[in-house]
Parts: sequence; structure tokens; C-alpha cells
Amino acid sequence: MQFLTYLVRGISLGSVYALIALGYTMVYGIARMLNFAHGDVIMVGGYVVFFAFCKSGINPLLSILIAMAACTLLGMTIEKVAYKPLRGTPSLAVLITAIGVSYFLQNGAMLLWKSDPKSFSSIVGISGLNLFDGRLQISAETIVTIITCIVIMIVLMWFVKKTKPGHAMQAVSEDRGAAQLMGINVNGIISLTFAIGSALAAIAGALLLSSYPTLMPTTGAMPGIKAFTAAVFGGIGSIPGAFLGGILLGVIENLSKAYISTQLSDAIVFLVLIIILLVKPTGLLGKKATVKV
Amino acid sequence: MAKNKKMKKTTRSNLLMFGFVIIFWAVIQLISLTGHMTSKLNGLLIPVCAYMIMAISLNLVVGFLGELSLGHAAFMSAGAFVGIFFYTTVGAALPKAAAVLISFIMGGAAAGLFGLIVGVPVLRLSGDYLAIVTLASGEILKNVLSALYVGKDSAGIHVSLKDQFSLGLAPDGKMLVKGAMGIPGIQKFSNFTVGIVLILITLAYIVNLKNSRAGRAITAIRDDEIAARATGLNLTHYKLTAFVSAAVFAGFAGVLYALNYSSLVADKFDYNLSINVLVMVVLGGMGNIFGGMIAAILLTILPEMLRGFSQYRMFIYSIVLIVMMLFNQAPVLVAWRQRLVARIRGSKNAPEETVETADSSYFEEIREKNSDDSAKEGK
Amino acid sequence: MKKALSLVLTAALAASFVMSASAAEVIKIGGIGPVTGPAGIYGSSVKNAMEIAVDEVNAMGGDIQFELQFEDDTHDAEVSVNAYNTLKDWGMQILGGTVTTNPCIAVGSEAVADNMFLLTPSASSQDVIDTGDNIFQVCFTDPNQGLASADYISSQNLGTKIGVIYNSGDAYSTGILNTFLAKADELGLDVLEPQAFTDDNSTDLTTQVQACKDGGADLIFLPIYYTPASQILKAASDMDYEVKFFGVDGMDGILDVEGFDTSLAEGVMLLTPFVATATDDATVAFVEAYKEKTDGQIPNQFAADGYDVVMALYKACTEAGITADMSASDVCDALKEVFTSDSFSVDGLTGSGMTWDASGAVSKAPHGMVIENGEYQPMD
Repeated sequence: MQFLTYLVRGISLGSVYALIALGYTMVYGIARMLNFAHGDVIMVGGYVVFFAFCKSGINPLLSILIAMAACTLLGMTIEKVAYKPLRGTPSLAVLITAIGVSYFLQNGAMLLWKSDPKSFSSIVGISGLNLFDGRLQISAETIVTIITCIVIMIVLMWFVKKTKPGHAMQAVSEDRGAAQLMGINVNGIISLTFAIGSALAAIAGALLLSSYPTLMPTTGAMPGIKAFTAAVFGGIGSIPGAFLGGILLGVIENLSKAYISTQLSDAIVFLVLIIILLVKPTGLLGKKATVKV
Repeated sequence: MAKNKKMKKTTRSNLLMFGFVIIFWAVIQLISLTGHMTSKLNGLLIPVCAYMIMAISLNLVVGFLGELSLGHAAFMSAGAFVGIFFYTTVGAALPKAAAVLISFIMGGAAAGLFGLIVGVPVLRLSGDYLAIVTLASGEILKNVLSALYVGKDSAGIHVSLKDQFSLGLAPDGKMLVKGAMGIPGIQKFSNFTVGIVLILITLAYIVNLKNSRAGRAITAIRDDEIAARATGLNLTHYKLTAFVSAAVFAGFAGVLYALNYSSLVADKFDYNLSINVLVMVVLGGMGNIFGGMIAAILLTILPEMLRGFSQYRMFIYSIVLIVMMLFNQAPVLVAWRQRLVARIRGSKNAPEETVETADSSYFEEIREKNSDDSAKEGK
Repeated sequence: MKKALSLVLTAALAASFVMSASAAEVIKIGGIGPVTGPAGIYGSSVKNAMEIAVDEVNAMGGDIQFELQFEDDTHDAEVSVNAYNTLKDWGMQILGGTVTTNPCIAVGSEAVADNMFLLTPSASSQDVIDTGDNIFQVCFTDPNQGLASADYISSQNLGTKIGVIYNSGDAYSTGILNTFLAKADELGLDVLEPQAFTDDNSTDLTTQVQACKDGGADLIFLPIYYTPASQILKAASDMDYEVKFFGVDGMDGILDVEGFDTSLAEGVMLLTPFVATATDDATVAFVEAYKEKTDGQIPNQFAADGYDVVMALYKACTEAGITADMSASDVCDALKEVFTSDSFSVDGLTGSGMTWDASGAVSKAPHGMVIENGEYQPMD
């Protein structure tokens, strides 16, 4: 039973990682860039929900919609100003700019909203599950996060596989030059990807903070890095991989805290990651990249 | 003919690099001798040297080998901890010069060893997977060092990975490594000339490597791994050469850096530091050692320059960083700059012109490489 | 072109470092602490409070007039030393900082070399004052907090099985933990395996709370700051875990976290020298001034320490007859003598009758407080 409790807590943390990782992997899969600022867009989303829901008492769903709109706008602006001018240059240049954007968002948030932590109240109004006479608790936040995660995953997969913009995304991801020649508006598709990724970040922000309520300008940074790890773990660019990677990362982190050492849990998580990548160099569900000569 | 011209240009740019470092040294000496040295400038010298070595050595992995490493700070950390551990324990009994020298050797060796341990399995991976594994190894080292407690008493050395209490140290014991507090009480040794000598050694090694058989093999691997494999090159060997020597120099930088402060903590060497060094390399132009050095100087003193902006300091820093990246790399802005250069060149005097020519032709090389890369990216 | 431009830029930047400081008629006090970065709240609290205190000192119109310059160090030793050097170039005569421990150790050794008087508001490690005899603290030394907590828990029989959750990556937290464990062992307290977290994995602290619950702890000792503490309180409440909490001075501020459900903190005990809800005139006036300066923020422990730094320096400067034209080293010698003299004591926000010994540690009485109905009450 103890083990189940820790497992559930791991899944709970993992589902948050998974939700963030979905945004990471989406952008990476299409735009071929690691958007290091993704974690900070989540933080901005968190602040928007905090002010809308916790401070002004706006309906939770409406608050999330506002945050999604704000983050989408933010994400598309960032893409236009900071990433688009660098299209066609080595991906490292964009990576560095993304780091700059990450600093920009963190420090901007600090100036706007001060560095003192805020405590977020859960947007989930329902109560959790008590199983086995209350010996195993599953919080409502966890359930909502997992369901949201699965729904988003399915919708994303449907979108990419079945819709016209989705096909265009796949084409851009496969071969940008050829896609352009086929009459696909590559810039438009990449903007769309960023819009979707940022909207997901808003949802992730709200759910991250509902489970783990401390909100600060640096709140998004560490979950962002962990989610990036999770996305690579699952095979970056793969949507189900991001989900699987996130859940596994959360479970490994919590089980190593519970059974091995709380002091060394970070080291253990990363060690497991390295071992898995050595055995399966493209992540759990990643496609084997074939290099054309 | 074309090859001949290129050779000459490389030699010249190499001389320019060494010349720059020596002029840098001379200018600082001059400022110091004429009594114009401020505490601030004086305090920045050693970190600047350390970051220059970091940028030069990371260039070997990122610029020449073409692999993205997000864990370069870990090698700095490994070097710093082993070097300083020696310096504060055994070294305390030795003459200072000998203690410092051995600390550098031990730090470099430790970082090299750590580079080898990470490199052997990791270099089988590539791209973002390699990046994440280097990031992971850096975080592992940081986490383990932050939890490491070492104490010494009459019964011998005690080691714990939990807390100080579990060491069971006798009351007369002395703490050597204190977990999150790291190694305190370091007898500072900061000597700018030593820093400059280390930069020159690093440069000499890398220039030499670049022009050797191994160096050509390494760039061949970067440009086309499959073709390089096909010609029968031992890929692992050459990749490891680049990776491990970069680690060794990062270790030297770590010892140099740590000797400049009275305490050493593992937290300093986190992925943010790795990323900062990467920013220096990319901003300076990948594979461009000179550019990396300039960027290292610039990015180290920039936040200090912005102190007048008080709480807006880091905010402005981030904007400057983004703008510099766009200015240096965005195709539209590069083209605009080219036009501007062309216009200036028409009106400026002769000696200036030769420098400009060397520069802009270097740009063409970089841009050629860039377009190659982006073409490859479309795969 | 780019290279030339970069060179010019670098030269221009370097040139602007070369300048000399000018003399003034006021005593120049420097402050260093994290104003940006994850620890930004601590430095900004001290900065605000020091500014308030300096304004008050100057408004008194006496012979002693202060000028304060506060520099950011992002909680990084390297940046902190840079900040120290910047302040030195500015002409600093006394350093009221740094705020956090590891940077303070690095800056401390510089201050010892320069014979610069250093009074830190909140760098509480023993190593800070061990660096030299010109380094003094306004806050309790960490080991003292650990000892006092263990003593208090034992003498008041607060718990039979004690869980501990601490930040293994933080000097403050591990400093308290080390002496707490030693003292608890000596007093025969039943302490469970301490549960650690780091800043990198502090997103989720439920596992550590669960471990305390499974271990049967009825009291959890939290030698940590209030931000993670607020998460731990919420986690315990979410898992219906009835347990008492015991904190240290870093816990102060928990009631003022925006959006925090203060009912969760009901019954939390802490040892702290300062509470913002105290009704003495000094505290009330300070809280009022602080709120006005910061759009309604409530000052925390750090702010109170920062205020006391300036006030202690004011008193000491008056007694030592410090004048603005004295060199930093002369100021240091004079202040050292005053601070360690038997007759010198300061009534501050964080304690009345604060005195210092030659080691640099402060002697003041911590108050046991318990949170009842969202307010601090003395615990006796």
C-alpha cells in the first residue's frame, strides 16, 4: 500500500511533467528547435491564472481560456521577434536566443510581479478519491491532470495525422524546403505550432500550480528542464513518447526519494535517464533517424 | 593557389589571437602600474581568464567536433573540487607554488578522467540526445558533490553522502568538505599572469590540434560523419580526443577560478553556467576561437557594467543577449551589415581595409558553413 | 567589421572601469544581496529595509549621516565579490551585508584582507564569522538555532517521534540540521531519518511528508524558509496528516504569502526573534514604513535584520565617533572595539539588548511563537 501511495504521487508529478513535455515535443517536432523558454511561458500562464482566478475570482475555465489567449499571443510574439529572423541559421543560434528569451521572461516577471512567492489555490473544485478505506488517496488535481494530458495527447495526434494543417506540419517537419515548394506556408505553420505549444503551456501552468502551489518568477525553470528531459526520455518529437517519458520521470523521481535517498534523488533520476538513452539512443518511442547521404 | 592563401590567413588569424591575449595582458599591467586599476576590474580578471579558457575549450567540442554539450561546467567543477581538495589538505603543507602547480595538474587530470567516463558511453549518441546526457552528467555531479561530507579525525577519514551528523566525527575532527557549503577556508591564490599563461597554453594546444591530423579528422567528422567513417577514420578515438582535452582545460579553468575565492560550492557549476559558456561560444561564432574569447570577456563584464540599472540589470542583459544574437546571426541583419561594410570600405583608409577584408572573408566561410548546416538540417 | 566593433565595445567597457571615487561628507555604507534570481525576495527585503533605516537616520539630522548603495549578487559568490569591488570603488566605508551565506563567506575573506567592517543581516553560518574578527552577524548563528530548537522541543515535550525535512542544497538549512541532530541525539529525542530536498526537486515535496507520516512522526522540524514550508503544510493537510510543525526564523513570512491559506499554518510553532504583528512602537512604525515603501508588502525576518544592521551601525558609529573622512580600515578598527565592548548593546526589531562577543556572533533571545487564528502568539 505504501508503494502504491508513492507510485500514485509519482504519477501525479509525472503527469505534470508530461503535460509540459507535450508542448516541448510539439515545437521540437515541427520547428526543430529546443524552446528553452517554454518553462517560462508556463510561469506567465500561471501568473495570468493566478490573477484571474485566485485574485479576481473569475470562473476557473474562463481563467484558463484567458491564460491560453495570453500565452498564445506571447508565444507567437516571441516566435516572430526572436526566432523567425534566425530561420535558416544553425539550430544552436536559435537555442541561445531561446535562452535569452527565458532570461527575459523571468526577469520581466520579477519586475512586474515582484520576487515574493505567491501561493496558488487549486483550480480543481472537486474532491479526490479515497480508496481502500482512505489508505490510498488520489487527489482530484492528479486525476484532472492525467485526463487532460491524455485528451490533449489524443487531440494532438488526431490533429497532426488527420487535419490539413496537421499534414502541413508533418511536411514541414520532414523537409522544410520541399514543403515550401509544395506551396505550404512554412512560416505560418511554424507560427501555428508555437501558438499551440504556448496554449498548452497555459494549461500546464494552471495544473502544475494546482498540484504544487508555489508561484515565483522562476517557477517554470526547473519543471521546464525536467520536462525537456522527459521529452528526450520518451523520444523527442514523439507525442506519446512525451507522455510516457513524463510519467516515468515523475515515478522514478518519487520512488528514488522514497526508497533510496532523498539527498541523491536528482542524481538517480539523471543516471537512469543516461542508462536508458545508452540502451535506446533515440529515447523510448523515438523514431530512428536515418541520415541520408 | 586558393589553398596557399587560406594557409596564410590561418597563420595570421592565429598570430592575431596570441597577440590579442598578450596585448590584453600588457594593457592590464599598464593600467595596474600606472595606478589606474580599480578593485572591480582587478576582481574580474581571474573570472574572465577562467571563462575565456572555458569558451576556448568548449569550442573544441561544439565548434570543431560539432556536438552540443550542455555539461561543460561539470568538468570545471570536477577540476575545481579535486584541485582544491588537494590544495587545502595536502597542499597546505607544501610551498605555495608547488601546491598550486600540483593542484592544477590534479584538477586537469580529474576533469579529464571525468570527461573520459562521460565521453566513452556518451559519444555514441548524437545531437540533442548527447546534449541531454551531458546536461544530466553535470547535474549528477552537482547533486553528489552537494551531498558529500568529508571529515578527518584521529580515526581517519570519514565520508558520508547524507549529512554531517552521520559522519560520526570525533569532536577534535576537522571538516574537509561540507556538503552544500562545499570547501570553505581556501587560502586565495589569484594571479592574473598565471591565468594568461593558461589561456596561451590552451590556445597553443588547440591551434596545434586543429592543424594536426587529428584536428582535420575531427572537423571531417563534424562536416560529414558518414563520409568520415567511410574513409576508415577511428571515429570514437578522435571524438574522445576532442571531448577529453576540452574537459582537461575546463578542469584547469575550474582550479584557476576556485583559487580566486575563499570558498567553493558545487551549486555554482550548474547547467546555467554550462549554458552561459555555450552562449559565449555561439555568440563568438562556432569554431571561431577568437570570437569566443571576445564573447567570454564581453559576457562576463556586461552584467557588471549594467549595475547602474539596479533591479533592471538582468532584464537589460537578457535583451542585449537576444539583440546580439540576432545582430550576429540573423540572415537579414547579416546582409544589411555586409552592405554597410561595403559602403564603409569605399570611404575608409587602407590599413583599416585589410583588417576588414580579413574579417568579412571569414564571415563568408562561416556563412558557407551555416548554409551547409541548414541544408543538412532539412534531412 | 563585427570583430572591430566587438573590440571597440570591449575597450569602451573596460575603460569605464578605470575611474576614481570622490570624497563626501556622509558615511558610505554598502549592501550586497540577491535582488534578482530565485533568492531575489531575501535581498530585496533587506534592501528596502536598509533604505528605510538610512532615511530615518538621516532624518534625525545628527552628525552621523549615511549614504547607502545596495548591489545585486544573484546569490552567487563570484557576483557577490564583484559587487563588493564595485562598492569599494564607490568608496564604501562599512559593509552591511551580504544577505546569503555562501556569497558572504567569499566576500568575508575579501573584507578581512581589506580590514573592512562587515555586519551581515542574515548570513547565519558559523563559517561566516569564523572568516575573521571584523565580521559580525545580526541574525542567530545556525548552530545556535539548531541547539535552541532541540532544547525547546525536548524541554516542552513537543513530540515523541520527530520528522525532519530540510534543504540539502542550502547552507542555512544544513547548518541548522547538523547541530539539531547532534543535540537531539544528546537529549535522547527520537528523530526519524531526515528527509531532504534540493532547489532542483522542490516542486514536489509530498513524498518527504509521506515518509514522515509513514514513520509515525507527530512533530516535523522544518529548518527551512517559508516558501517550501508553505508547500509542506499544504501537502500534510491534503493527505489528512495531523501533525505539529516546528520552524526556525526562516519560517517567518509564511502568513504573508499572497494567496496562502493561513488556516493551514494553524498551530505551527517557530523560534524567531521578529514578528511583523508585534505591537511595540518600533515594529509598528517599521511595518508601516515598509508597507508604504513597497505597496503593502509585509516585512519578513530579512527586512527586520536589515533594518537592525543600519541601526546597530548608527549606534556604533555614534559611540565610536566615526566621521565621513575616516578610511575604511580606521572605521573598522573603531567599530570592532565598540561592538565587542561590554557596554555596547542595541535595542532592535529582532531583539532588545543585543550584544556581540569577539567571535562576531550576536546574543539575543529567540521567542517561541505559535500561530493561532492567523496571528503569532507567544508560546510559553
